[in-house]
Amino acid sequence: MIASQPETIAAPDWQEDVYDVLKRHGVRHIAYVPDAGHAAAIRRAEADPDMHSVVLTTEEEGIGYLAGAWLGGERGALLMQSSGVGNCINTLGLPVYARFPLLMLVTMRGDWAEFNGWQTPMGQATEAALKLMNVMTWRADEAKDVAPLLHGAATMAFNGDAACALLLGQRLIGEKKWVK
Amino acid sequence: MAGGPLDRREAVARLLAGRDTLLVVSGLGSPSYDVMAAGDHDNNYYLWAAMGSAMMVGLGLATAQPQKPVLVLTGDGEALMGFGALATIALRKPKNLTIAVLDNGHFGETGMQISHSGRGISLDRVAASCGFERTAEITDLAGVDSLRASLPRRDALTLATLKIRAENLPRVLPPRDGVHIKNRFRAALGFQPI
Repeated sequence: MIASQPETIAAPDWQEDVYDVLKRHGVRHIAYVPDAGHAAAIRRAEADPDMHSVVLTTEEEGIGYLAGAWLGGERGALLMQSSGVGNCINTLGLPVYARFPLLMLVTMRGDWAEFNGWQTPMGQATEAALKLMNVMTWRADEAKDVAPLLHGAATMAFNGDAACALLLGQRLIGEKKWVK
Repeated sequence: MAGGPLDRREAVARLLAGRDTLLVVSGLGSPSYDVMAAGDHDNNYYLWAAMGSAMMVGLGLATAQPQKPVLVLTGDGEALMGFGALATIALRKPKNLTIAVLDNGHFGETGMQISHSGRGISLDRVAASCGFERTAEITDLAGVDSLRASLPRRDALTLATLKIRAENLPRVLPPRDGVHIKNRFRAALGFQPI
């Protein structure tokens, strides 16, 4: 039997697009809780001497971090899995009330072909939870939509002092290969 | 022992005395009142909610402004809610960041229930275990003076617990308009509103 292990080379192009769009928007800080769907952006952020790459213990840390970076004049983005959105709810009050720009990228679980039902309750509630906290949301289920939707979200976050989230659907993530 | 002998208003005023380029972030509740009582300042960012976030706001600010000393003033309850931030910050090690935890061993804003630090958790020892370069437990004004003197040097990621008396002093309320305080703070650093 062939062992299942994460593929670490040849990330899909949309994953590379994410980092390119963030760089074009002047992002200097990437705060993240890891997910396989963010692997390319995290790898490139960690290797980029012009990027502050901050691994978090829990997702809401990134909201405070990016508020501080903005107070200091710099832009950032927060990468997480949909389960992490639940951890962020109260802290989202900070950017929403004080109108800090917040750009979130959320890889989805529990919304398409989920094999682990434990992921489904939060996955099904993710977009509604963000909207309840007045975070604007978009979602990409096809690779071609990732770059334009992220460009749109980043534009509205940084030019509107707004909280914006791009959800990366599980159909998109499904392109990830887990078996050699 | 819950808390200690220091007067929180005196300790904070002493820590902020003679400030020059210092940037200050205060955690919700009494630390924000203490910072306001020491004098409102364009370089203050007061949090009124988002409990657990003050240390991370300080990390982001210290990273974006490495030439300026950044001081986070927060309480033991707030620091406990953001416990994981100690690990996150220790990995980054910004040398211009100092965290001063005003530790009365209680949740002062909600009725003085005894907190974890009042039951034996030493946040400065936790920070030292995580890898903070300088940590201290401060119980007198000489210690406060020493901490203040270290701020402009920007030479070590620092966390100090200031052991203060458990008491609720008259509130001195900072401005609550989050947008105004944000824009005022950024303007003082030369950044324009969008």
